[in-house]
Amino acid sequence: MPPVLVMARLTVQESSRRRLLLALLILTLIVVGVSAWGFNKITTVTRSDGTPLPPEQVSLITSQLLIVVTFMFSGVLALSAAVVAGPLISGEVESGLLLAMLARPVRRSEVVIGKWLGLAALVTLYAAGAGGLELAAVDWATGYLPPHPVELLAFVAADGLVLLSLGMLLSTRLSGITAGVIALVAWLMAWIAGVVGDIGTGLQNQALENVGVVSHLLLPADGLWRGAIYAMEPDTLIAAMRALGTAGRANPFAAIEPPPTEFLVWVVFWFAAVLTLSVWSFRTREI
Amino acid sequence: MAELAEKTEAASPPGEAAGTPAVKTVELTKRFGHTVALAGLSMTVPRGEVFGFLGPNGAGKTTAVKLLLGLLKPTSGQGSLLGRPIGDLRTRRRIGYLPELFRYQAWLSAAEVLALHCELAPLPRSSWKDEIKTALETVGLTDRVNDRVGTFSKGMQQRLGLGAALLGEPELVFLDEPTSALDPVGRHDVREIIRGLASRGSAVFLNSHLLSEVEQVCDRVAVVDHGRVIASGTMDELLGGTAVRVRVSGLTQADKNRLSQYGRIDDEGDQITFANLDAERVPELVATIVSMGGRVYEVAPRHQTLEDRFLQLLEDEEKA
Repeated sequence: MPPVLVMARLTVQESSRRRLLLALLILTLIVVGVSAWGFNKITTVTRSDGTPLPPEQVSLITSQLLIVVTFMFSGVLALSAAVVAGPLISGEVESGLLLAMLARPVRRSEVVIGKWLGLAALVTLYAAGAGGLELAAVDWATGYLPPHPVELLAFVAADGLVLLSLGMLLSTRLSGITAGVIALVAWLMAWIAGVVGDIGTGLQNQALENVGVVSHLLLPADGLWRGAIYAMEPDTLIAAMRALGTAGRANPFAAIEPPPTEFLVWVVFWFAAVLTLSVWSFRTREI
Repeated sequence: MAELAEKTEAASPPGEAAGTPAVKTVELTKRFGHTVALAGLSMTVPRGEVFGFLGPNGAGKTTAVKLLLGLLKPTSGQGSLLGRPIGDLRTRRRIGYLPELFRYQAWLSAAEVLALHCELAPLPRSSWKDEIKTALETVGLTDRVNDRVGTFSKGMQQRLGLGAALLGEPELVFLDEPTSALDPVGRHDVREIIRGLASRGSAVFLNSHLLSEVEQVCDRVAVVDHGRVIASGTMDELLGGTAVRVRVSGLTQADKNRLSQYGRIDDEGDQITFANLDAERVPELVATIVSMGGRVYEVAPRHQTLEDRFLQLLEDEEKA
């Protein structure tokens, strides 16, 4: 097996042996179970005259609640990715774990890419598995399924991968805790900057709007989150918000348009740039 | 910052440059900011020899090993391992390394750690089983083969690291303080392993400040201090002199100071050791002590130990 895949396998193996995967599995099952129960309660809500809510209203409430749940799920995924990626390189440099391995015929680029691949596989599988389970549970509880479930999961996974990549880049130079904290703060700031951009849209203030645009370019986490939101919104809701004009766009939990193709291309470039930078940073680091 | 040495694997056929030394450095220098960690290291380690690299803490021993393995980038100078420039990936297939800061995957078993190193070396998969079995037997961990490394004591982890360094019968093995966590039995085992490597024709680069250990196994030694080699040669060349221990009473401190004309003195009260004294001068020394009013109870000439020589070298260096 090529060294890059050995490093990827080792990363997955460590997560498994250290029971990270088991912990995530148990927590996910609990969260999905509880949320399914909660979503099911929506179907039992009645109007003041005692009649049940019409299916369209159940779908609308469910879609909005699902956006909030997904926001939290996405946050937990990004947080976990940052915490795990923070010490990914620096932890092993500081402990000496990499010394004996780097004396083997292994390129540092193979270490970086291998570790990223291992964690990226975990993040993607977890996002797909846990997210898919949640959607299935919501469908079972309410009969509602978001219009674009595959795109939704892809955007949520990509959001996690952004944090993973940023955490790993910082980890090539900074200690684990510093890299993890910076990645998390950057993620929160990017989200806040996205909200500022929304406010700018609402107020038709170009400068504030630009804050959102620039933050989406520097750290595309919030931009991807908007893609996830769009994938969850029913067409009727999108049409209603479009009718509101700019005011309909000034909402951090709403998206009227899907992410532009240019942005998605930028995201691919962003990943390539961050990985290249990570490899360069680690190759020039003295151990 | 320039990229660390990580050369391609091209054009390095097996057995290439067999007549070249195991290690060769020319003015290899490393600075960390204003601190000089290694100042112009020039040395040659022939193949098949056990080479002791001695020095006090912070002398630059580990820096030298890391430079040779491509983990650090030299500020200036050159070096080669087995005839290829340092950092050459293909050469690393023929090298074993036990770091001073040894740490292995706590979540893997001993056999899995060794299999990982077999894979990275890379060794043919068909040989892994025998390689792992032999390595575990050599370092005395056969009964812990399936235990997680996380349950190992520090000494056992160092043994495991030594086992990993021995995989694939390397032509050159770097051992950086290989007995720092070992008990006397473990230290004895390591000496036997080093002798075994030498008898097989492997060169061993032994970083250590345990002088007795070096004295027992090394063919050649270099003493490094403040990043510079202050002496080097075979053990015979380095330990040519005689040390003389004198048990004496009735000498004042001034008398003892005057006795320094006979060379470096290790003063332990009524026991004085002259680190390097020609045996022919012993009668003269005794006469001088008696003339000072000293009472001599015992005069014991013995071969100079590496410790005597080492301390003398450091003291000379300090004076210089």
